Amino acid sequence: MITLSILGLLTLTVAIAAMSLRNLVHCALALTVAFAGLAALYLQLDAQFVGFAQILVYIGAVAILIVFAILLTRGSETPQPSILSPSWLGGIAVAVLVFGVLAMTIVRSSVTGRHLPAAPQISVHQLGEQLMTKYLLPLEVIGLLLTAALIGAVIIAMQEKETK
Amino acid sequence: MDQIFVTSKHWLVGFAPAQCQPIISAIISVVGIILVFAILFAITTILERKGLGRIQNRYGPNRVGPFGILQPVADGIKALIKEDIVPRTADSVVHFLAPLVLVAPVFLALAVVPMGRNMVAIDMDAGVLFFFAVGAATELSVFMAGWSSRNKYSLLGAMRAIAQMISYEVPLILSAVTVIMIAGSLSTVKIIEAQAGYAVGLPRWFVLTPWGLAGFILFMIAAAAESNRSPFDLPEGESEIIAGYYIDYSGFKFALFFLGEYIGMFAVSGLAITLFLGGWHAPFAFLSWIPSYFWFFGKLLALIAVFIWVRGTLPRLRMDQLMNFAWKFMLPMALINLVTAGIWHFLEPGISRWLICSFLVLGPYIMLARGLLQGSNVGKRIYRYAD
Amino acid sequence: MFGEGIVKGMAETARNFLGSYVKEDRLTTVQYPEERLPQKEAARNFPFLVYDGDDWQAGMRCVACQICEKECPPQCIYITKSKDKKPDHAGKAQLYPAIFDIDISVCMSCQICVEVCPFDAIKMDTEFELSTGDRFGDLLQHKDELSKPNTYFRKLHPTEAAEADARLAAEKAKAETKAKADAEAKAKAAAGPKTFAAALAPALVK
Repeated sequence: MITLSILGLLTLTVAIAAMSLRNLVHCALALTVAFAGLAALYLQLDAQFVGFAQILVYIGAVAILIVFAILLTRGSETPQPSILSPSWLGGIAVAVLVFGVLAMTIVRSSVTGRHLPAAPQISVHQLGEQLMTKYLLPLEVIGLLLTAALIGAVIIAMQEKETK
Repeated sequence: MDQIFVTSKHWLVGFAPAQCQPIISAIISVVGIILVFAILFAITTILERKGLGRIQNRYGPNRVGPFGILQPVADGIKALIKEDIVPRTADSVVHFLAPLVLVAPVFLALAVVPMGRNMVAIDMDAGVLFFFAVGAATELSVFMAGWSSRNKYSLLGAMRAIAQMISYEVPLILSAVTVIMIAGSLSTVKIIEAQAGYAVGLPRWFVLTPWGLAGFILFMIAAAAESNRSPFDLPEGESEIIAGYYIDYSGFKFALFFLGEYIGMFAVSGLAITLFLGGWHAPFAFLSWIPSYFWFFGKLLALIAVFIWVRGTLPRLRMDQLMNFAWKFMLPMALINLVTAGIWHFLEPGISRWLICSFLVLGPYIMLARGLLQGSNVGKRIYRYAD
Repeated sequence: MFGEGIVKGMAETARNFLGSYVKEDRLTTVQYPEERLPQKEAARNFPFLVYDGDDWQAGMRCVACQICEKECPPQCIYITKSKDKKPDHAGKAQLYPAIFDIDISVCMSCQICVEVCPFDAIKMDTEFELSTGDRFGDLLQHKDELSKPNTYFRKLHPTEAAEADARLAAEKAKAETKAKADAEAKAKAAAGPKTFAAALAPALVK
């Protein structure tokens, strides 16, 4: 419980920092630490595969993608003054409303009332078996989606070379 | 004799009260690993310089101690007492954190590599996944180092370094996946157990199978690219852009980058030994009285020697050559290797499966190689003179 | 075959590596403070003064003509003439330098002083291990440091030394023959004129 709250607090703090820091690259790095915090939360819940996959995919690839995107577009800009739009009051009101609705739904649902069974020990072996038998169709569809994304990326890059 | 470190650790841990024994045990393992690998790093620097010197027909450093063996001490003292220069326009927080973000994950990665029988710091069920996850975090430090100097050239170096590291991560992981598939587990200890035993006098290591050999070579090449080691050291470019993305670091931070790079090399070599070379097993049955950690570190030193040898031999790859090699050769090879390993698993043991799998590995190799060579227009040089 | 070049390259480096332990002549490194390469004959670094014989003050060839001082482009030579004279290699009484300083931190080793010296007195040395801690004082070399014997000169630049020695020996021989001829003429004159015309000749010439 203590570790959960510490990790949650850390992740929240870093996520807030990622929103409100002035320098864009600092924001990206704070977001990376938030991903690491999430991975630590997964690991604390004994989900080894998801935790490590989170580090591998999010920190190893998505964070770098974000960083590349920042650098290739506007990295050398001077830090902006903090962005607070004029209608920030309305924004906060909407956020509080949504949070209230979600919280009420979760609290009043049956999830928190019931006695929770012990968390099952999922091994990677079982994950693999389930993926290959019960969830085969979603796996293949995701594979198809990724292939389409790759081919699209290659086509975009190729066209840029031809028009040069 | 084989378990001397394990028993001495148990004896030391026995002194602590029962509640904090796991923590004390973990701390002792960690301290042991850091000490051993730091000393190995020092030895490797001097071995590399002397080895490269001999390859290039000259002596290496031979002034500091007898045959120069105290050179790392001199280097360490120099790195520590140098002034720590931070450029005025640099982003000081990111500049400070970049070496730390490099060194911490690579030491973490050493935690799952078994260095002897029962000598792994943490035996995780998803050990290999942990290793690759932690290895992916090192790329971030490259970016931080390159960006924080606010220097266009180091930024360029960082971009190229990250592109290189990402491109070579895919064949690295795919070669490892081949082994995981055959061994049936992600845990490093179980992978080593799957390579125990001897058949026809030869050990049953994965490297002695057709797909294992191809996988090992792919893994080694990708490992050299991951740790920015020659011939893939374009980001570092010692003779071109001086030090590339860590040009603005001096003194101890530079030494930390150096340390991180070398320990990364040790970690990935350690994983290669675990996955392909049978971990701490002896190569022949009659040699198994020699302690297991001796074999592990012997194989590690052999791989380091191969890295040094390749560094002294090959010229640096250009960026586009590097990327072509990764995506057009190594990735298809790794995928075909995966299929071949699967076919190997399902055929009966015998000469037929050797022949079929060797053919399945060599055929694509030759075809991909010819495809790669077609792109390069290497002909007679055309001289154009001003008239 | 693909990869063949890499394998051949690695075999070559392995041969280099192992061969460097077996055959010592693969390593052409000269371990500097313990061993030094011999200098070539035409090497030059900074000037030195040559003296003949054993006594550096008596045998110094320099006659303080100050030609080198005037010709030196960075003007690093400082000469002061002496008040008295001493005999040189051919016996003639010549001046000698009371002060002869060369500032080798200024000297650019152009060898002009050597080329213009008519007496083969200043030549180029090949000594390069001259670093000192004192930047100003130690690099100003005086007459005593600059004088080195002719045997040293012969060892450094054999052909030049041979030419200089030959020329000096020739001059010395010529001076000796002239001195002998003079002595003979004086002896003949002291013995008195033989004919009336010979006695009148000096008065007619004047």
